[in-house]
Order: sequence, then structure tokens, then C-alpha cells
Amino acid sequence: MLRSIVRLQCQLGSSRTLLKYCSRDPASNFSIQSNAYSSAITERRKFYKDVSIAQGEGGVYEVHLDRRKLKTPGGKLFTVPNEALAVAVATEWDAQKETLKYYSMHLTTLCNTAIDNPTHRDKQQMITASLKFVETDTVCYRIDDPPALVELQKNEWDPVLHWIENRYNVEIGSSYNILGPEIPAATIDTFRQHLNSYNFWSLTGLEFVISQLKSVVLSLALVDRHLTVEEAVLLSRLEEEYQIERWGSVEWCHDYDMYELRARTAAGALFVQLSSEMSSVKRKLMQDC
Amino acid sequence: MSGLSPPLRVFRGLIKELRDIHGTTYKNTLAYNYVIDQFRKNGVTGERQCRARQEALHLSQAYLCLLRSTREHLALHKLYHGKGDRGLAEMASLVGLRLPSQPGGKGWEE
Repeated sequence: MLRSIVRLQCQLGSSRTLLKYCSRDPASNFSIQSNAYSSAITERRKFYKDVSIAQGEGGVYEVHLDRRKLKTPGGKLFTVPNEALAVAVATEWDAQKETLKYYSMHLTTLCNTAIDNPTHRDKQQMITASLKFVETDTVCYRIDDPPALVELQKNEWDPVLHWIENRYNVEIGSSYNILGPEIPAATIDTFRQHLNSYNFWSLTGLEFVISQLKSVVLSLALVDRHLTVEEAVLLSRLEEEYQIERWGSVEWCHDYDMYELRARTAAGALFVQLSSEMSSVKRKLMQDC
Repeated sequence: MSGLSPPLRVFRGLIKELRDIHGTTYKNTLAYNYVIDQFRKNGVTGERQCRARQEALHLSQAYLCLLRSTREHLALHKLYHGKGDRGLAEMASLVGLRLPSQPGGKGWEE
């Protein structure tokens, strides 16, 4: 019954619908909603009506809110190298109702990070940070009890491991102890070379996906289109899904986390693929390739 | 590539999500026109094994996942985490009590 309420809320889309479903005093409910935690830091009201994109100088695309050009939090002009990404960002801004929920605008956040580079990192630092996840890769850590989970891990994670070993000609084992598998240096070098071939924007997205899925193997499988986003998220949360199947799902925790992870991973994957698609065409226009 | 849905399903899902976001004017939006354009260019016929088509399909499925999961996440957030503090009268009514009304005002408020 809760699910049908959620679905109806999505369709109707405004906070007023809660009036219909709450059996308690409806009037007070609405007033509570309108002043709940709306501080200047966390939420801003939607201050524009139309969102459009325009092509700026050098072939980059800008996003316009009403008449004003969108800027990054660092004050720079918000530009993206291709139209698809601009359309997607514009849709994110367009999808906001009454208040702006920045935590739901994942693509915008990624673009802002790529443009501003607030931590002032270069490509090599990002690659090193990403490769740190190889040693503690999710799919390499196996458990030896209960047997149903062991089977599940073997059936689901082994194929991905084999795939990546073939695709990149590397060796990654899996391990049952707390220290994890011994990853040979040649593997790390191969990955480093491969990551080097991505431009700065794609690398920003890829590092984001890796940190969300907690696995380099799954992220590369996703970006190389071997897995879909849903599959990658499922494999990343394999143990949790197993426990859910055994003990039941708690909507406000499990589903919430799963949808958030899916949204972020999808945004990251989209970001990587869109940024690297255009790299051969627009390389001159991007900051650090 | 094993989990790719048929293109028609992805297409219909995308249209539904965009309609959900924009309401009745969804046909004039950037995203809608872009999606229609891309699907038309890549030819949703399902016959040839074309690499560019597979890539475009994966991309569109990722975008569908993004739109769908953002919507579900926001809905769950609103349902479970968005309430904020209840007022005093609300809290009292939770346990079935009502605040007393004092016509002269409470003594300590002056």
C-alpha cells in the first residue's frame, strides 16, 4: 500500500497530495511541510521558469536559466563540450519543482567538479586515487559462510572477473582472507595506462563511479558496456541483496540507498561515456586532455 | 551487454519519465526532441548488429536509469526523510492529546 502512495505522489508531484492521504489534521500537515528545514544553505526556491541551452564560443554549450547564464559554484561559466550533456543538465534544472534539490542534480554536480576542480588535482593524482580501489575491490573479497552467499558470489562475480582478465590481459584473483588478493604490479600498470587514455572530464566521472561502486572491476565493466547500470549496482550490493532476500527489505533504508546508488552511478557512467565520445572531435576545446 | 532491454522499451520508458517531469508540455522540451532525434538516427528496427547502435542503446538505458532512480529516490526522501520537525500541536495529537486553550494567554509569555 505504501508503494502505491509513493507512485501516486510521484505522479501528482506536489506536497499538497499528502493532504489527501493523511488521516490526521490535514491543515497543519501542509504548513509543516512548507517550513520544514528550508534554510538558505540547504534549499533555495526555484527562481527561474525556462531552461535553455546555447552554443557559446569554441563550440561549447552553455545552460541558460531564463535570461541568465548558469555559473559553477566557483564562479566560472558553466560550459560542457557536447550537446547531449547540455540537454541532460538542462533537464535536471527543468525537473526541479518549487525548491532546488541540489543533491538530486548529479550531472550538474559532476560538471561543476570537472570545471572548477576545487581540490586542484591533476590527472595522475586522480588515477592514483582510483587505483587504490583495486587492492580492496569488492568483487575480490569473498566470504566463506553462509554457503548460499558463497555460491552467489562465485556465480555472479567470477564471470565479471574473467571478463576483465580477458579484456585487459591482467591477473586479479579473489581471496577469502581479510588481507585481500595479491595484485601483481603489472595489473596496476595496465590499468594505469588504460586510465591515462581518458581525458580529464571522463576521469572525473570514472573516479566518481569507482568510489560509488567501491570497485574498479565493476566500474570498468560498466563503462565498457559489459554491464548495465542496474547490473553493476546489483553486483556491488550483492551481499546486501542476499540479506534482503533472506530477511526482507526495509524501504526507507534499502530501497532508498539502492535508488541513490543507481542514480549516482547512472550519472557517472553517462558522464564518462558522453565526455569520452566527443573527445576525438573536440579535444582542442577541453581543458586538460 | 547481456542486460540490455529492447530499444522500444527503453524509448517508452524515457518518454514516460520525461512526461512525468514536464507535464503536458513535454513535447516541446529539449530532452524529448533529443531523444526522438537519437532514436530516429539510430533506427529502432532491431535488425542489424551495429556497434554504434549498441552503444547508443546502453547510453539511453543509463539515462533512463538515471531519470527513474532520481525520481524514486526523491519520492522516498520526501516520504521518509523530508518531514522535519513537527509543531507542538502535531506532536500532542500523535498521542491523542490536545493542547489546552487558555484565553488569557500563558503566564510566562509576557
